[in-house]
Amino acid sequence: MTQTFLRSVRPLGGDPVDVVLRDGIVDAIGPGLDAPAGVDVVDGTVIDGGGRLVLMPGFVDLHTHLREPGREDAETVETGTRAAAVGGYTAVHAMANTDPVADTAGVVEQVWRLGQAAGWCDVRPVGAVTVGLQGERLAELGAMAESAAAVRVFSDDGKCVSDAVLMRRALEYVKAFDGLVAQHAQEPRLTDGAQMHEGEVSARLGLAGWPAVAEESIIARDVLLAEHVGSRLHVCHLSTAGSVEIVRRAKERGVQVSAEVTPHHLLLTDESCCGYDPVFKVNPPLRTQADVDALRDALVDGTIDCVATDHAPHTIEDKETEWAAALPGMVGLETALAVVRHAVGDRLSWSELADRMSLAPARLGRLREHGRPIAAGEPANLCLIDPDLTWTVEAAALHSRSHNTPYAGLTLTGRVVATWLRGRLTARGGAPAGATVGASA
Amino acid sequence: MTGSMGLSSRHLLDAGDLSRDEALLVLDTAEEMSRVGDRAIKKLPTLRGRTVVNLFFEDSTRTRTSFEVAAKRLSADVITFSAKGSSVSKGESLKDTALTLEAMGADAVVCRHSASGAPHRLANWIRGSVINAGDGTHEHPTQALLDAFTMRRRHGRLEDLRVAIVGDVLHSRVARSNVALLHTLGAQVTVVAPPTLLPVGIGAWPAEVSYDLDAVLPKCDVVMMLRVQRERMNAAFFPTVREYSRRYGLDAQRVALLPEDAIVMHPGPMVRGMEIASDVADGMRSTITEQVANGVSVRMAVLYLLLGGAIGADEGEAL
Repeated sequence: MTQTFLRSVRPLGGDPVDVVLRDGIVDAIGPGLDAPAGVDVVDGTVIDGGGRLVLMPGFVDLHTHLREPGREDAETVETGTRAAAVGGYTAVHAMANTDPVADTAGVVEQVWRLGQAAGWCDVRPVGAVTVGLQGERLAELGAMAESAAAVRVFSDDGKCVSDAVLMRRALEYVKAFDGLVAQHAQEPRLTDGAQMHEGEVSARLGLAGWPAVAEESIIARDVLLAEHVGSRLHVCHLSTAGSVEIVRRAKERGVQVSAEVTPHHLLLTDESCCGYDPVFKVNPPLRTQADVDALRDALVDGTIDCVATDHAPHTIEDKETEWAAALPGMVGLETALAVVRHAVGDRLSWSELADRMSLAPARLGRLREHGRPIAAGEPANLCLIDPDLTWTVEAAALHSRSHNTPYAGLTLTGRVVATWLRGRLTARGGAPAGATVGASA
Repeated sequence: MTGSMGLSSRHLLDAGDLSRDEALLVLDTAEEMSRVGDRAIKKLPTLRGRTVVNLFFEDSTRTRTSFEVAAKRLSADVITFSAKGSSVSKGESLKDTALTLEAMGADAVVCRHSASGAPHRLANWIRGSVINAGDGTHEHPTQALLDAFTMRRRHGRLEDLRVAIVGDVLHSRVARSNVALLHTLGAQVTVVAPPTLLPVGIGAWPAEVSYDLDAVLPKCDVVMMLRVQRERMNAAFFPTVREYSRRYGLDAQRVALLPEDAIVMHPGPMVRGMEIASDVADGMRSTITEQVANGVSVRMAVLYLLLGGAIGADEGEAL
């Protein structure tokens, strides 16, 4: 069985220790451990952290578009999870807006199995809330929950469950199996034809506006619904200062609401749209600096529970077009950690960062093997970070099948240098590691 | 090096990109060009051997013809590429078209497109000059230049000229270009519209905003009416055509509120009886046909300034 010896690494940025990974778990952790027999620097079973590299729990993404089935030209479960491993992720939630839509036990099981076969990280399929994402009637949520994929997160992401009654029923119904409805908050009538954030920049560029109120009005309604029926509610890719306020107030009242923010909404603003390059087209759109500042504050103070990438790969044909014709979305798995650190700097400690990128999303998605403490006996789902490594994002060098990154040319500090899934090395030095093997879990 | 005559950019994408000196250079050059139109032989050899492509993804006989005449008067070879139907739903065709034009060696591409920013994308893909002939609801810089040219001719100045732009500002590329250019040239702009037809974020524009046309008219040297599409009614921008017309249409009664020497402009196409009454459109103050004539001179100036400085041009001969 695989063994790995990590010499002088800093768990959650703390004091350096040695760590032994064996049989898929953290076997021993502490200062001055002896390297087990048979490990070797050459094959990567010994890694020296030099008292500098930071050991973190493997990241968990609540919001990943793997595009399979249907758009394998943009991404597959294999290529998307490979990119995830490079980014330090050990579990991703695959969004349901595939073709066919993941609205039946059959489709979610297919995605789950593809994840198992790829073996780069655990793939947890998200089930659609409504049949075909049409917003008309509930999909068989219970069947998806009871399937081999054991779905716990449900979302019509890409579309909003805008019908108030349907949303109420979904919130109520999933309580039976501890499910979580993740809402893509976008009032459809207010965003008909919308191309970018509605404000001074859209007024100048002549692009149809996506007003902040279209997000905030849905979130406000949904937290009231969740409060009324006593359900959990999760808000996808929260993007405005007003949304932060609504979630903050709701949490103060004790509503079971959680929220995620994407790395790009923590860093970029609508000014990026000025050259009409659709690589910056995303939904919800890039907002203003005031929104970015509020999102950063909210992630730091915990109003926003976690970072989720909304990794949204698109082909060149779907991006190298006029702005209005381009599909919205950007890839983000491989740059997430560095972009978040770039955005919030030292305002999040390493243990807080572990919470936002691993513990909190694992808790929300009800993943038992991820987001765990780094301690003996715990599953060895881990990543190792070089906090000082400076690198420049190169679109063509990304491991996702699509290269629609808004960060090309951006120099970032800090990078994931190794990832382990149940003790098996899945990424090393910014590249996938080793052949994939079907995971055993 | 193109643009050596004094324009800093190879392209004309946004009116707002022009400095005051550059804008005045275009207007002054257009004055020279207009004299060519008065000659028996309306042609200069300046752009002989250069290729100008009219790339129109959207119907616009008026603008297309104007550019065509302008390029021909400068002796350029003109190719008209009507790509109507290549709508945004088939967006990738824009890049393919760009590569085709690039391979043919187009020196300038005049682009009209229904998507805001399409000419900006095009400029990334080809080496020649790109001239924005109207992109979605964004800009129409040569329209603003010809409007400024017309105003300057009628009033003799642009500095402190009081200009009201009235109508569907939200969806108007003419309004965006005019506000930017007129500000650069020192005019005082007021945009007038029902609040539904003004963009959120208009506060950042260098213009006053009013909802009350009757209050603005007595203080105008120029009133520019914008087309309002009837379909806007269906999206609840205003209740009925009749009500729009009553509150924001320019009829003879309202024209009487204008100062004596004020002019009435419209970029066309007009919806007579909606935003402008027929007797006003055809009246003494109207510059509507003049605008069309001036369009050719201004577009000649733009082509000349973007392309004329390059190899093969004989500037002395041109002017």
